[in-house]
Amino acid sequence: METAYLIETVIKIVVILLVFSALAGIGTYFERKVLAFMQRRLGPMNVGPYGMLQFGADAIKLFTKEDIIPTNVVSPIFKIAPVITVSTAFIAAAAIPFLPSFTLFGYEVHPIIADINIGILYILGVMGIGLYGPLLGGMASANKFSLLSAARSAVVFISYEVVAGLSILAPIMLVGSLSLIDFNNYQIENGWIILSQPVAFLMFWIAAFAETGRTPFHLIANDHEIIDGFGTEYSGMRWGLFYIGEYANMFFISFVISLLFLGGFGDGSVIGAFLFLGKVAFFFFCFLWARAAWPDVRPDQLMWLCWKVLMPIAVINIIITGVVIMEG
Amino acid sequence: MKNEQFNDRNISNDYFKVDIADYPTTDWGKFKCALDRTFKLELLVGLWVVLREMFKFNTHTVKYPEEKMPIGPRYRAVHEMKRLWESDTERCIGCGLCEKICISNCIRIDTKIDENSRKEVSEYSINLGRCIFCGYCAEVCPELAIVHGGEYENASDQREHFVMYEDMLTPLDKMKAGTQSEFEGFGAITPHEEERVKKTPLAY
Ligand code: SF4
Ligand code: SF4
Repeated sequence: METAYLIETVIKIVVILLVFSALAGIGTYFERKVLAFMQRRLGPMNVGPYGMLQFGADAIKLFTKEDIIPTNVVSPIFKIAPVITVSTAFIAAAAIPFLPSFTLFGYEVHPIIADINIGILYILGVMGIGLYGPLLGGMASANKFSLLSAARSAVVFISYEVVAGLSILAPIMLVGSLSLIDFNNYQIENGWIILSQPVAFLMFWIAAFAETGRTPFHLIANDHEIIDGFGTEYSGMRWGLFYIGEYANMFFISFVISLLFLGGFGDGSVIGAFLFLGKVAFFFFCFLWARAAWPDVRPDQLMWLCWKVLMPIAVINIIITGVVIMEG
Repeated sequence: MKNEQFNDRNISNDYFKVDIADYPTTDWGKFKCALDRTFKLELLVGLWVVLREMFKFNTHTVKYPEEKMPIGPRYRAVHEMKRLWESDTERCIGCGLCEKICISNCIRIDTKIDENSRKEVSEYSINLGRCIFCGYCAEVCPELAIVHGGEYENASDQREHFVMYEDMLTPLDKMKAGTQSEFEGFGAITPHEEERVKKTPLAY
């Protein structure tokens, strides 16, 4: 029994690693295509039919590029920073159920690596550590733009973390558990949480944009202000790791939002599973959509938004939820 | 694609000023502005616009190597040497004005007296690595001999990329077919010139 469990877990880890590394690559393709169509361009067209092999070409380029360590950088930290970003993104995925459990050759598979009882807390915590990648990488780079980006990543960190935490507190009070499986099962009986907690949903969504560092909160690596921020001095696969981490994070947070607020995979039927993937795809699309439509805010505006607007609303939301639960 | 749309310099009269209010300065005004922006859902307008464009799929990309933009007649690319329409001989009279005016000193011209005791251009080259395509040579040429063509794909594997007289000169067979295109850029005769020419007033 023990061995079977061990083998199953290892296989699941490998599958998730491979699938999401590949999805990160395909995600860049979709991002470029969606942005291009929205801006009335064509996007990648020349590698493969409709440019579909473009991410393969990019991967070959990243893998074969020289790995440059500049002279004045703090080299151990500089080298480890991308690994922090990408590994925390994948470690966080351990508590996410990607599909309902299904039976394969008479063996029941649970597509979740570890159904721990503090699931959502664990995910948010580990994803939060992911920001150490840009922070350490930026500070170790011996580059002023990277340093600015490191400072900004600290700003982003202290801003969104409080909103993300407070906004999911109300749904957690409703469900009474931190496990994402319990969230899913709660929503089978009581309807989607977005209906009872729309404010919490909106705020968590906003925090997700800050968490993944996407437009309109794309401050950490804002190309037109601070070059590539923490990524300025990186080249080759180390830079590629940052990229994979960013995209994997986008996918994982899309999974989390769908599970927390939009009913997850429902009762575990095939239709529910496909609907679940559809919801995830929608949230991923929204990341790209917002990038095409909206400008970026300044770091101080992000702090203003999170501390002076969203946090009070989140607290009020918690109080109202508490009162309603007490009455009911 | 046709040139007309690019040559039309007539600016339409439908320009109008966008009605933008000043930024609020009072605290109450700022608060109201923030509320307005939140609840009027202005952000969704931006989202809608890009989504609409995506579904319209009305791309304006020119797939460059397969498709090319038309080039305006005043475009200044690699030079051409024209021939006379009447006799098919070279227009260049070897006056050397182009060499003189070239501000980056990239034209080199040499002349000699040929067997008919006429001035003949023996050497003529333009160093395209130095040419800044200012168009002075075409402007100063009294014969409209050296002009700018439309050939802009002149990548080379070395910086000193020359173009010689023979390469610039309109080939004779093209001349015989009557397909030499007249230069319409700066310094050329403008259209409808004949209507605008006035007789020299000799009355006084
Ligand atoms: S275009 Fe200007 S720089 Fe080039 S050859 Fe003519 S005069 Fe000289
Ligand atoms: S090209 Fe024109 S300006 Fe130059 S030498 Fe010939 S006639 Fe004179």
